Amino acid sequence: LETDAQYFARALTPQTAETDAIRFLVGTQSLKYDNQIHIIDFDDENNIINKNVLLHQVGEIWHISTSPADKGVLATCYNRTSDSRVLTCAAVWRMPKELESGSHESPDDSSSTAQTLELLCHLDNTAHGNMACVVWEPMGDGKKVISLADNHILLWDLQESSSQAVLAGSASLEGKGQLRFTSGRWSPHHNCTQVATASDTTLRGWDTRSMSQVYCIENAHGQLVRDLDFNPNKQYYLASCGDDCKVKFWDTRNVTEPVKTLEEHSHWVWNVRYNHSHDQLVLTGSSDSRVILSNMVSISSEPFGHLVDDDDVSDQEDHQPEEKSKEPLQDNVIATYEEHEDSVYAVEWSSADPWLFASLSYDGRLVINRVPRALKYHILL
Amino acid sequence: MAAGPDHGSGPGDSPEGPEAEAPERRRKAHGMLKLYYGLSEGEAAGRPAGPDPLDPTDLNGAHFDPEVYLDKLRRECPLAQLMDSETDMVRQIRALDSDMQTLVYENYNKFISATDTIRKMKNDFRKMEDEMDRLATNMAVITDFSARISATLQDRHERITKLAGVHALLRKLQFLFELPSRLTKCVELGAYGQAVRYQGRAQAVLQQYQHLPSFRAIQDDCQVITARLVQQLRQRFREGGSGAPEQAECVELLLALGEPAEELCEEFLAHARGRLEEELRSLEAELGPSPPAPDVLEFTDHGGSGFVGGLCQVAAAYQELFAAQGPAGAEKLAAFARELGGRYFALVERRLAQEQGGGDNSLLVRALDRFHRRLRAPGALLAAAGLAEAATEIVERVARERLGHHLQGLRAAFLGCLTDVRQALAAPRLAGKEGPGLAELLANVASSILSHIKASLAAVHLFTAKEVSFSNKPYFRGEFCSQGVREGLIVGFIRSMCQTAQSFCDSPGEKGGATPPALLLLLSRLCLDYETATISYILTLTDEQFLVQDQSPVTPVSTLCAEARETARRLLTHYVKVQGLVISQMLRKSVETRDWLSTLEPRNVRAVMKRVVEDTTAIDVQVGLLYEEGVRKAQSSDSSKRTFSVYSSSRQQGRYAPSYTPSAPMDTNLLSNIQKLFSERIDVFSPVEFNKVSVLTGIIKISLKTLLECVRLRTFGRFGLQQVQVDCHFLQLYLWRFVADEELVHLLLDEVVASAALRCPDPVPMEPSVVEVICERG
Repeated sequence: LETDAQYFARALTPQTAETDAIRFLVGTQSLKYDNQIHIIDFDDENNIINKNVLLHQVGEIWHISTSPADKGVLATCYNRTSDSRVLTCAAVWRMPKELESGSHESPDDSSSTAQTLELLCHLDNTAHGNMACVVWEPMGDGKKVISLADNHILLWDLQESSSQAVLAGSASLEGKGQLRFTSGRWSPHHNCTQVATASDTTLRGWDTRSMSQVYCIENAHGQLVRDLDFNPNKQYYLASCGDDCKVKFWDTRNVTEPVKTLEEHSHWVWNVRYNHSHDQLVLTGSSDSRVILSNMVSISSEPFGHLVDDDDVSDQEDHQPEEKSKEPLQDNVIATYEEHEDSVYAVEWSSADPWLFASLSYDGRLVINRVPRALKYHILL
Repeated sequence: MAAGPDHGSGPGDSPEGPEAEAPERRRKAHGMLKLYYGLSEGEAAGRPAGPDPLDPTDLNGAHFDPEVYLDKLRRECPLAQLMDSETDMVRQIRALDSDMQTLVYENYNKFISATDTIRKMKNDFRKMEDEMDRLATNMAVITDFSARISATLQDRHERITKLAGVHALLRKLQFLFELPSRLTKCVELGAYGQAVRYQGRAQAVLQQYQHLPSFRAIQDDCQVITARLVQQLRQRFREGGSGAPEQAECVELLLALGEPAEELCEEFLAHARGRLEEELRSLEAELGPSPPAPDVLEFTDHGGSGFVGGLCQVAAAYQELFAAQGPAGAEKLAAFARELGGRYFALVERRLAQEQGGGDNSLLVRALDRFHRRLRAPGALLAAAGLAEAATEIVERVARERLGHHLQGLRAAFLGCLTDVRQALAAPRLAGKEGPGLAELLANVASSILSHIKASLAAVHLFTAKEVSFSNKPYFRGEFCSQGVREGLIVGFIRSMCQTAQSFCDSPGEKGGATPPALLLLLSRLCLDYETATISYILTLTDEQFLVQDQSPVTPVSTLCAEARETARRLLTHYVKVQGLVISQMLRKSVETRDWLSTLEPRNVRAVMKRVVEDTTAIDVQVGLLYEEGVRKAQSSDSSKRTFSVYSSSRQQGRYAPSYTPSAPMDTNLLSNIQKLFSERIDVFSPVEFNKVSVLTGIIKISLKTLLECVRLRTFGRFGLQQVQVDCHFLQLYLWRFVADEELVHLLLDEVVASAALRCPDPVPMEPSVVEVICERG
């Protein structure tokens, strides 16, 4: 399924706090018009896409993320051009109430009546430089946010229902040359005390309590690391991708060697995402305009498929040997999606339906795909 | 005698006389005689039909009528002829008369002499009869006398016979009585064989007559002496100082003396063991930790002559001596041989293991040959001990290890070559001067590897030489050739070569490019050469040298070639990536570090772009050294003249549209999408073909795509955009000639400029003519 944002766009996020409806947010990039945030609703049963538009007048959106606790709260990183300077800022916004849980207006109406976001607070970065991204504490109450600005990593506390952002801690990279963070993710493990960041060819892990470096994977990729993601079910595992066209899987306890390397793309890999519940499913988007869904069974939390409970075993003893014979499964590429015609800069799983994902290419085309049915049943059964 | 009247028929045949020839005439005479003796009928019939026999005018016919004849003559012939006939006839008559006379005279003489002879014979016979009578009477007398003499001598003859018997018996008795002393003497003199023979002869008799006291005594004496003898023999046997033949003799004597065979054979083996162990110890000493290290050939020679020879002797002696022991005895010997043989093999293997590191194959093969040859004799003698099989096994094992060793050697040689190449590649950089060309280096590497392979093959080939004793074993004829040499050594090496080469592709430190790109290029070409020619050449060589008779499946040439090709492809692709990365980095840094918003109006092409073109040219030269040109799409020759005016007025317009007509964001995408529909998707890191153009295309694609992505991440001021325009035009001018399809460069550069325009809040493109001027100036 496809839809056009009709603008150039790079930023995509699922509405994290929403667990019922399938909803994605897309931020547009335009230097000439008012930028928008498109709220894409996908009705799974009827295969209908609804779109609502929010105006984001402050600038073109480079990154967008939503609060895990409050459906209506989101954060963006945007470019503000003033005089002959471009500065990337970050801010937390609230969308109008009626859009929080999707609208049932017809698409025609929504495009005509674009509504405006309500600014909650700025993440003040005047001292720190350009904001690369904002990430929310995944399990928390939506009060903690990490933002990456040039070579600083900043931990913010959002107070008074997010209307005030207080800098709670910061750390910065010191070194030669222009060190700049490209991307970061908050680990869902260890009580959400770890954040991993990518800068140049290096991956770093940070402890949010002390704001100090925990681990460092030097030369994780041959070239720039573009993105990373934590395995949601295996606490030390993370995936990274970069300009060397590779996707690498790491065990952070061993920083010298990747656990596994994939080399399926033919250009820079911009995005890598683990499926939230079935971590063998890994999604990657690349500027070769392809999206690849891989099945990394061997390094997933369920290397031998779904573990059958003891009760089930007694019930289905005749099924047991059959299942055993199928395993262990091989790692493979499940599907390559070639619907995009420009570079794909973002891929995301839906927060509501684990079998659904969206990908966004530069020309503004958003494609929603499902995991192949056969594979879905294979994983479930 | 009177012939005329008597021979009445004769006178008339004159006319035919002159024609008749001499034999005819003689036959005629015979005919007439036969006629006379009444044989005429048969004879006449037998004669070939001449003139009619009933013709009365035929002078020789039976029915000749003189009157008719005469009448005929008178009537038919003239006078002259008649006269002639008459004279002729008279002459014939005379001749016949004289013939007749001679015949009669001769026959008469013969008759007379015969009569005389008969008379004489009658007289002689009568005399002989008388003498025969006298002889008969004399013979009768002689017979009579002879009978009388025999009768008289009968009695005396019997007595003499009896006396002779007694004499023999007495001699035997005398021997018996003398036996003890003789034995003692023998024992004292050490003539044990003689003693044992005496004893053997006497034994039975003594046994038989032992009830007689005197014999009893002798027997006792003998037994005592024999016991002593046995003791002495044992003593000698045990001392074991003497060699195997003496021992064997001792044992033989002891056996003859009726000693228990079982015990003897135990003891025999024990002694043999002692001796052989001595040999083994000396061998081991040669092995020892700090040996004077005799070479392996000498070692196996020692082992062969000392131990194996000894073993052979023991086995032969044993089998001869204890043949009566049957299978149990043979089994004992086999076990004995097996055990000692095992220890010997262990020693040999230790020695051979020391040899593994060494390089000289011929010596080793000769040593193995000796070793194997020596063991064939005991092997044949003691099939049950399995010595020959064990020896063959050792030889096989050594051969296998040798193969492994050679494989290692080849690998090391290959790595050595690579190191040399690296040094050669690194050196000219320092000197600042071109060293040996890539093509030359490639040829060096290829030839050195090939010569190494050939050397290895030659070395290994020694194992299958005809004169080597084990070369006709099934292992060496079959498995060694096919699995060992062909698969293990050659195929293994080629595979490992491919792997080594491939490992350069996934070296972890890819960032710095630990391997110089030129090396990648060189290896790629090497692998490709292997694919096209060298592999099949090497394998053919191998197959020829080692006539493979084994049926086991071997890796076909095509598989290897495919592997080599894949390696070559990967290396080349990696080369493209590495070189592309170098240029990409340059471009990326140049885009990222510049402040595009506040840049000044472009006056020049940026230095980095010139650098890009320079580097690309350098790569072009480098690749050109090793790879062919390749095919490029035919394009209009003046394409370098193309400027950005073309698309900035047509295609580009679509992209710029939003800035002028704010209500049409829709059109932007529509247009760009339509544009994309007509241009193929560009696979940036696509597989590379084996030619220069393809390689360069790959590198340029990677670089330009990087430029595109970087541009998209920035925001440009008006002059920033114009600078990009200038840069792109410059690239356009110089890069098109390197790629297969220049349209590709256009497309990518178009896209770069379009993206830059899109990222520009105030997109005012530069005049194409100005762009051209700047580029030409720069």
